[in-house]
Amino acid sequence: MAKQYRNIGEDVWKNKVEKVNAELFIFTYGSLVVQLVKDYEDYQAVNKQLDKLGYNIGVRLIDDVLSRTSLDKCKDMRETAEVISKVGFRMFLNIAPSVSAWSTDSKEFSLILDDNPLNDFCELPPRAVQDGLWYSNVPMVGLQVKVEFVRDVLRGDDVSEIRVRLEKMLDEEVPVGDD
Amino acid sequence: MASGWTELPDDNEVLEQVYVKLENIGFRVGRRLAERYAPVGRRLTDTLDVVKFVCKDMWMVLFNRQVDNLKTNHRGIYVLQDNKFKWFLRMSSNHGGAAAARRAQPYTWLPCGIIRGVLDSFGVNAVVSPETLGLPQCTFQIKVVANE
Repeated sequence: MAKQYRNIGEDVWKNKVEKVNAELFIFTYGSLVVQLVKDYEDYQAVNKQLDKLGYNIGVRLIDDVLSRTSLDKCKDMRETAEVISKVGFRMFLNIAPSVSAWSTDSKEFSLILDDNPLNDFCELPPRAVQDGLWYSNVPMVGLQVKVEFVRDVLRGDDVSEIRVRLEKMLDEEVPVGDD
Repeated sequence: MASGWTELPDDNEVLEQVYVKLENIGFRVGRRLAERYAPVGRRLTDTLDVVKFVCKDMWMVLFNRQVDNLKTNHRGIYVLQDNKFKWFLRMSSNHGGAAAARRAQPYTWLPCGIIRGVLDSFGVNAVVSPETLGLPQCTFQIKVVANE
């Protein structure tokens, strides 16, 4: 099953998405974070903004994933995790983080990023590390989940790790104010 | 929450702030791109060279194409015209062309900053302003500020 998703992910990456210059993307993201740090002067507030930004991007990305693939509805968290890693991350960042560290109730897992392209050309000043800035704090979300970075290379860890925890399943419903 | 279109705020002061921020972000991106892609073994000797570098090399990096037309009055004004500005390609509006162009304007502020950042890296001090006559066409006017 995992292999099938890997193939889908690679096919979409190779044939179906428009690419943008990696450095342009990285520099733009970096400058955006710099601007947020200047505006808020508080790293926790910056984390919050990046998280909000990520959520808003995520809900659009998931539409994009579904429109470019013929994926069925994911049955459970394990399948969801595979799709996020092998299709989602591959499609948008050309990486496929490994899925690991499942909790016993299968509601919680980690995505391990050996190589996070957003980190290229980037170094955090010591104060940012100390005060808890999570630079790449823009993970994408599909279900109502809690997603947080728990390890980051830029903070001296050996890999970057994103922890995902399912809080509740969302029923499909029409958003408020939407006909 | 996930609505596809956000209304532009009517408040000009808010828009002005958005402009300043996006332009600043762009400026920093431009500075870095210029360092990363500065030509090796070819010197940019005058302002026209630098502007051509923006039209060709930089536009390729940004939008995978080159600027369609470059005009200059040889007295410090350069007009870059892109007939298929990439970020406008999939935009439309049910309120007619002028309204669409107005709503599309914020999308030009980041590139304006990028252009200014690149020019600044090569020692050219300039003001960059965008203009849209009809999507997806877009022009960027570079006005060089005389160095004392």
